[in-house]
Amino acid sequence: MSEAEVVNMPIAKAINEGLRRAMADNDRVILMGEDIGTLGGVFRVTDALQAEFGSARVLDTPLAESGIIGSAIGLAMNGYRPVCEIQFDGFIFPGFDQITSQLAKLTSRHDGLLNFPVVIRVPYGGHIGAVEHHQESPEAYFAHTPGLRLVSPSTANDAYWMIQQAIASNDPVMFFEPKAKYWAKGDVALEGEPLGLHKTRVARIGKDVTVVGHGAMVPVLLQAAQVAQSEGTSIEVLDLRSISPIDYDPILESVRKTGRLVVAQEAPGSVSVGSEIAATVAEKAFYSLQAPVLRVSGYDTPFPPAKLEGLYLPDADRVLEAVDRTLSY
Amino acid sequence: MPWVQDPQPVQFLTPDGDFAPNESAQAFAAELESLDLVALQEMYRDMALTRAFDTECTNLQRQGQLALWVPSVGQEGAQVGSARAALPQDHIFPSYREHAVARIRGVNLVNVVAQFRGVTHGGWDVTDPAHGNFHLYTLVIGSQALHATGFALSQVLDATKKAGEKDLPAGAQGRETNEATIVYFGDGATSQGDVNEAMIFAASYQTPQLFFVQNNKWAISVPVERQARTPIYRRAAGFGLKSIQIDGNDILASYAVSNRMLKDARAGGGPQFIEALTYRIGAHTTSDDPTKYRENEELLEWQAKDPIRRFEKYIKSQGAEDSFFEQVAADAGELALKIRDGVLHMPVPEPGAMFKHVYAEEHPVMQGQAAWLERYENSFEAGESA
Repeated sequence: MSEAEVVNMPIAKAINEGLRRAMADNDRVILMGEDIGTLGGVFRVTDALQAEFGSARVLDTPLAESGIIGSAIGLAMNGYRPVCEIQFDGFIFPGFDQITSQLAKLTSRHDGLLNFPVVIRVPYGGHIGAVEHHQESPEAYFAHTPGLRLVSPSTANDAYWMIQQAIASNDPVMFFEPKAKYWAKGDVALEGEPLGLHKTRVARIGKDVTVVGHGAMVPVLLQAAQVAQSEGTSIEVLDLRSISPIDYDPILESVRKTGRLVVAQEAPGSVSVGSEIAATVAEKAFYSLQAPVLRVSGYDTPFPPAKLEGLYLPDADRVLEAVDRTLSY
Repeated sequence: MPWVQDPQPVQFLTPDGDFAPNESAQAFAAELESLDLVALQEMYRDMALTRAFDTECTNLQRQGQLALWVPSVGQEGAQVGSARAALPQDHIFPSYREHAVARIRGVNLVNVVAQFRGVTHGGWDVTDPAHGNFHLYTLVIGSQALHATGFALSQVLDATKKAGEKDLPAGAQGRETNEATIVYFGDGATSQGDVNEAMIFAASYQTPQLFFVQNNKWAISVPVERQARTPIYRRAAGFGLKSIQIDGNDILASYAVSNRMLKDARAGGGPQFIEALTYRIGAHTTSDDPTKYRENEELLEWQAKDPIRRFEKYIKSQGAEDSFFEQVAADAGELALKIRDGVLHMPVPEPGAMFKHVYAEEHPVMQGQAAWLERYENSFEAGESA
């Protein structure tokens, strides 16, 4: 790959560029959401796209999440590929019925005769010091729902490619964007063959303990691995990328090597994505495990007021505490 | 003194079947000009056959052959009138009681029963042109209103693109689409957020759409007065929709007003709303007992307004002969037998079917679980033969 094809940009810009390219490639791709047009979204992820493609392809909708998802379903029935923006994680619930009881089930209800290629973009997670409902990680609700696909990029390169892959998918895809990392820059390879949408990625090679997470958790895990290295512990970091389905092969392969697994997430730990990974690894790699699989997560409380979020959100120290515990077996 | 003076609901036929258009009906009289005796007889046939089908399905449920049935008895006039006003290119989003509409649009009624037999959650191929763009039944009350609005929005986007334009400015007039979308729902559904959001989106984008509420007075056991303390059609006007209340048991009123509104919608007139005043003669579904929540006098009053009986009298006055009615009765009996036979011989899906279309694209969990179930099932067969 030539250097000219690699551009350094923030994650928000990478998604913007991915959307632009998907829209240019296919005129059935449309964007819909609150404030995404003239404003370019509250995080500016859709910046300048309405000016470029017109207000009939970048639709500022009325302020109603169920309305956005429900009408996206109707648009998909006529061959459109709507990309919906939910302004903040905690605002997705007015659309919950349309996502879980309608969108997720419609392919099956139609015996596969109609496709529902709807993408739902959800800026999610904490670390931005915001008010209630603006820092949540609701992905487990949707990972529990058959018929949906869930992904979350942690790098600019993945953000650029995965949004395009999500739009190209003929299934509904929920695209969880780590909003705290919108401004984190990374190299984006504008050409070439991207990793599959539902593949787990080895973000750092190690041999003593495997840690796995997604979205904004990944940089925290990498930071923890860095610190651990200085203390003589080699951590392998896996970037989940796909929350549903989960690509278990790289996780199992890593656990067979390290014998230890820590699963980290911002969401509350009970009945979570981390719980599912722990159960599956216990089932499929039981004889490789040297210690119980440990979860590091938010507490089973509502997301706390911003002044307490530093205590709630797993940081490198909490990850390392779990790493130490797993090594103590 | 009421805050708003409601006009009379549009009515052409009195409950006794006399053609006596009221004042509200005058403006729509021209819509009936194209209906000759052949067309009128076809509409009668639609209602009569649907009722026979419906009665047979209730029997099948009572005999344990269906888990549930959703009767439409009493609402045939509202349904047939509006469905006969739709053009082939229009799309229709039903709730789950629009059996007459399904039949008119070309769906095999046996397939309508399939989900109540427990063999599918759908039942027909909505992409097959023979099915008249009649979409699947939706059981979460009012959810389909948003799907319809999204579909109608796609009709706007298609027309916008065709016109070589790329913008949909806020506050813009509607655009000619030459096709429309109809959504059916009931009085209970008007309390749902989705129906209200659908009207908001429809008004915002001026979709070519007809919202058709069959106000049958009862949402299972709850009277319409618990849902709305204004006539429902007035609410739609508040969203900026053109809205009219009709006598829903008058098939001519349903046809005439639907025809006018659909033409207007296709021509860019924006979303429209009809409140059809009708009555659910039977239960909400075969699972409830209406005698527990409503008075017999009310039932008798509405039975006297039956849409089929009044239309029968009318078309007789227009020249329909006894032989026609005899033929319809024979066809209705034949349809009922066909339905019974179709239901009793409906194949049960293969076990693997539940995994097959959860996703459009390959999915490792579905593949894994389907394979596991197959092995599990086969393990019993192996055990038997051993």
